[in-house]
Amino acid sequence: MALLVDKHRPRSLEALSYHHTLSDRLRSLAQSGDFPHLLIYGPSGAGKKTRITATLRALYGPGVEKIKIDSRVFQTTSNRKLEFNIVSSNYHLEITPSDVGNYDRVVVQDLLKEVAQTQQVDLAAKQRFKVVVINEADHLTRDAQAALRRTMEKYSPNLRLILLANSTSNIIAPIRSRTLLVRVAAPTEEEICDVLKKVGKKEGYKENAELEKRIAKESGRNLRRALLMFEAVHAQNEQVNEKTPIPPPDWEALIAQIADDIIAEHTPARILQVRAKLYDLLTHCIPATTILKTLTFKLMPKIDDALKSEVVKWSAFYEHRIRMGSKVIFHLEAFVAKFMRVSEAHLMGMDFDDDF
Amino acid sequence: MSNFFDIRARKAAAAENGGSSKATKPTENNRLQPWVEKYRPKSLDDVTSQDHTITVLRRTLQSANLPHMLFYGPPGTGKTSTVLALAKQLYGPELIKTRVLELNASDERGISIVREKVKDFARMQLSNPPAGPAGEEYRRKYPCPPYKIIILDEADSMTQDAQSALRRTMETYSKITRFCLICNYVTRIIDPLASRCSKFRFKSLGDGNAQKRLEDIAKLENVRMEDGVVETLIKCAEGDLRKAITFLQSAARLVGAQALEAKKDKDAMEVDEEGDGKRITVRSVEEIAGVIPENTIDRLLQAVQPSGKGAQYERVAPVIADMVAEGWSATQVVNQLYDKIVMNDSIENKQKNRIVMSFSEADKRLVDGADEHLTILDLSLQVAGALAGS
Repeated sequence: MALLVDKHRPRSLEALSYHHTLSDRLRSLAQSGDFPHLLIYGPSGAGKKTRITATLRALYGPGVEKIKIDSRVFQTTSNRKLEFNIVSSNYHLEITPSDVGNYDRVVVQDLLKEVAQTQQVDLAAKQRFKVVVINEADHLTRDAQAALRRTMEKYSPNLRLILLANSTSNIIAPIRSRTLLVRVAAPTEEEICDVLKKVGKKEGYKENAELEKRIAKESGRNLRRALLMFEAVHAQNEQVNEKTPIPPPDWEALIAQIADDIIAEHTPARILQVRAKLYDLLTHCIPATTILKTLTFKLMPKIDDALKSEVVKWSAFYEHRIRMGSKVIFHLEAFVAKFMRVSEAHLMGMDFDDDF
Repeated sequence: MSNFFDIRARKAAAAENGGSSKATKPTENNRLQPWVEKYRPKSLDDVTSQDHTITVLRRTLQSANLPHMLFYGPPGTGKTSTVLALAKQLYGPELIKTRVLELNASDERGISIVREKVKDFARMQLSNPPAGPAGEEYRRKYPCPPYKIIILDEADSMTQDAQSALRRTMETYSKITRFCLICNYVTRIIDPLASRCSKFRFKSLGDGNAQKRLEDIAKLENVRMEDGVVETLIKCAEGDLRKAITFLQSAARLVGAQALEAKKDKDAMEVDEEGDGKRITVRSVEEIAGVIPENTIDRLLQAVQPSGKGAQYERVAPVIADMVAEGWSATQVVNQLYDKIVMNDSIENKQKNRIVMSFSEADKRLVDGADEHLTILDLSLQVAGALAGS
């Protein structure tokens, strides 16, 4: 059985439930025949991918939904072999070049030029060009982006690119100026409520507006997360009412626990205990950035106001270190130690203690 | 389907093209072309606001002698356009194919390419201008000087090694080949190469010239604009004409496409304006350029002001969380906030000092790929701290 997220994903532009002006624009772009290169950006869970799939459908008809996965082997200049997965239909390709790390330039150059130099084979196709969807475009290296520049102009009769990114910060300016920027904002809480209500009705769940509102609030305007939480609540309880607790994901519960731990006691022994938990999180493949960010925001409500900007400062500092360094656990632990020191100093200096 | 397979149509088109010297392209192709390519200057006279360079180059058209050239200047000021226009005027449509080699960053340009491709081309025998009575006229129109041109676009991204491999090539074949290097930063070109070329600096386009060009294009493309759109375009593009034209085209696509649709269901909806399209609004240009609306930035500015009641964090954090959820790019936030704060005279210099340092740190972190939410939250809190004087 499919998850609710996949089961009720809108397939066409008409079925999308929010950002109607954006859907209209995408539809008119698809119909005009003059489809530009797109750069779609927005936070995760805002519906970027859903909108792309729907746009492709508007471009080519239902044929784009028949997809297959091939694995291709590329050879780098130093004769290293790279395996690379491509999701494709007759009309479009979908690639995630950041899978191959620093060698993404090879993939971009080879694959895109190959696609760009062949014409559409299917004579019955609605459009003469093929679409290449590039996921996680903000993780492309500078080299790969530079290689895209000229390809985008030169082969524009045969090829259209759709770049998906979380932010435009890491996209180089020449690419930004060659694409049409489309911003997909996260849905508001009301919009999430509407979606939940609609999905609940289709699934035959009993409606409970209060609970939906709470889920929308908890999800942090991330629709995918809201739907997963919604499903989890209904899977765990036969009968739901407005007080049914929303089970947080295990990792979040664990991070909340860490936050409580390091607030309660500022000793080296406690760091040792926390380290075990951090390792536990890392071995379950929770990204270090997510851990640090969640930890920071869990700490925030529980500490003194005067400390908050100090803690955010160090959090941002160590997050940068995580990105630049090679071993993440060092920086996570350093943040924990720093936090303990900062709050200890605060306590000593102010000489009062009503929080803990 | 394309007329690619239709041999008869192609033959007819070829016959037509052969007759007139100017190639007429199919209109469909024209429509799909980016305006940047479509309105590239056709001759040196069309290039705007680079008077000094143009005067020098125009003289070479008459004297049929050309030095090696090095063009440098900020993006979008017409470097590539100038050299292409020059080549077109020198050789005409027929000869340009065999006499000009253009290489840029998307082509592999390691040392091996310089050794093989560039050298081979430089060594090649000159192709002859068309002969016979038909060629006579061609030769009268175009000077067809006895050398080839190699254009190395974006030359500052070439490696040092590749550049030094060029040194001797440039001299050896200087009888039949001229080089034109184009770059943004002249300091990245190694000295031995720079000293072999005559340098031309391209200055940033004046607002007046850019404005005129944009208005011309808008008129030719039948785009209607609100007042102030052109000014917004120029402001967003920061002196880069190519960027401004691309923004204009994207904006026209958005509203133009909407107008097409509106025409279809005219019965259901009354179209407020007859004609080719709706007007481009200032807002739509800003949306395309990714500029954050004034009131969103003002809300953030409001939040970082010390107001006495409530803790800083409680005021700033929700605003930042909203901005991140709306999908605004952090770099843009940093840039716009910076403009606002540095231009604000009511902030003391000492405070500005501290604030600017936090900006520098935040920018570096963003470039390194740090988390956007944490970075701009940290930045705003630091700004708030500096303003409060703590």
